[in-house]
Amino acid sequence: MKRFLLAALFFAVLLLIWEALFRAKIWSPVLLPSPRQVAVYLKDATVDGTLVKATIVTMRRLIIGYIIGLLAGLPLGLLTARWRVCQDTIGTLALGLQTLPSVCWVPLALLWFGQTEAAMLFVVVMGTLWSVVIATETGVRNVPPIYRRAALTMGSRRMHMWFKVILPAALPFIVSGMKQGWAFAWRSLMAAEIFVTILTGFGLGQLLHYGRELSAMEQVIGIMIIIVVIGLLADKIFFSPFEKFLHRRWGTSQA
Amino acid sequence: MQRLPRQRTSAAEELEVIAPSKLAIENVSKNFKGASGAVLALDQVSLNVAEGEFVCLVGASGCGKTTLLNIIAGLEKPDSGTVQADGKPITGPGRERLVMFQEPALFPWLNVFGNVLFGLKLKPNLTNKDRQDVAKYYLELVGLSRFERANIHELSGGMKQRVSLARALAPNPRMLLMDEPFAALDALTREQLYGDLQRIWKARNKTIVFVTHNVREAACLGDRVIVFSPRPGRIREEFAVDLPRPRDINSVDLAVHATEITKALKGYSQPEVAIAE
Repeated sequence: MKRFLLAALFFAVLLLIWEALFRAKIWSPVLLPSPRQVAVYLKDATVDGTLVKATIVTMRRLIIGYIIGLLAGLPLGLLTARWRVCQDTIGTLALGLQTLPSVCWVPLALLWFGQTEAAMLFVVVMGTLWSVVIATETGVRNVPPIYRRAALTMGSRRMHMWFKVILPAALPFIVSGMKQGWAFAWRSLMAAEIFVTILTGFGLGQLLHYGRELSAMEQVIGIMIIIVVIGLLADKIFFSPFEKFLHRRWGTSQA
Repeated sequence: MQRLPRQRTSAAEELEVIAPSKLAIENVSKNFKGASGAVLALDQVSLNVAEGEFVCLVGASGCGKTTLLNIIAGLEKPDSGTVQADGKPITGPGRERLVMFQEPALFPWLNVFGNVLFGLKLKPNLTNKDRQDVAKYYLELVGLSRFERANIHELSGGMKQRVSLARALAPNPRMLLMDEPFAALDALTREQLYGDLQRIWKARNKTIVFVTHNVREAACLGDRVIVFSPRPGRIREEFAVDLPRPRDINSVDLAVHATEITKALKGYSQPEVAIAE
């Protein structure tokens, strides 16, 4: 409770500083709207449905693309760890493509898929996939051989070994890879939405873009806040419980 | 295809004390290729272990005793020679012969109970309820009933090895292979475990092959102590220890045996580093 109050106080102070800067009139109100204006925009946009619709469009792209990236990345990572030929081929490819900022996929996706959902999904998948492949491979390679030996003596083989020993043992690595993949996917999707108008749906990035076009700074800042909040929520709801479990079980440092 | 009715084993049947294994090792040799050329880890080693016998392998590091244990476990293959358990050649690892490693190879993603359950889940013909009963029995046997929900990292070194012991015992193997399981523990914890291991060995009637470099430990636990020499790994001598059980590691009679074995061991082990005059 004390921690919560302290955090609340911190954000209240941030808001106050913002309001003070607005009132000091150092910058034109066009460049720096007041917190109230942003709040009014967020309320109106929520009431008339644009915000909710845009959030749904963006989240759908993100979640579907992310799941595809995970479902493809995990097995590819396992293959890469298991067979040298996959390591030399898929592994090298993954390592190379992971260094490519995922925004760089946007032009290619647009030419291949046009201004469609498929282009957006493609960008998100590319953002997720390579991180997951590399994290899974690293995780599997770092499983202490003694676990495998112990499991062998107890009669674990093949699939049982993979699913009950190697994958759980690699979990800390895989989760951090998933987190990185999520971050990459989120960033590249935002970039793609800001750059390109997608005819099949307006996402948060597009709202941000039109905020700039209309010089509606309260819209720009409002959407940015929403994007931050979504990122925070994803962390708290999806990754945090996972990481807490890992910390508790493995006994690694607990914040 | 005809479906056969599945046979079910009850927890009580699963917990029955079964006949221990007999082991026959003949002329086993094993080479390792290391950075400094090939090393003959085991050279023509032959050894018989009777049903229910407790045999300790002692020797300096590098004498191949761990290699021999891994070969018995089926985790490594000998270059030549045969290893038979109950008349059948050992072709791979199996739950007839479970291993307890020096470092506790417990799975950190499972709690204590989950670890003991791991091997049992791989045994068909048991219901989950039975498996849990069996796991509880063995946790009680090693004195850790109160800790069944604990995470592995919360346990002390001695408790970890107790869980390892329970996990190795749970699938009811006929033989237990122990690779310096107490080497990393403090003396007090070790002494407790000597007592417990002797009690459990008696209660569960297992054949045990126990690798150690601690001669006192070997004399305390073993019916027989086999002395190895390094480079190449060979069996040099064996000592029967016929002291009454349970044995106390601090007893004078035991010290007499240990001194005798140590003397033999020193005679066979050349110093690792020879200093030229």
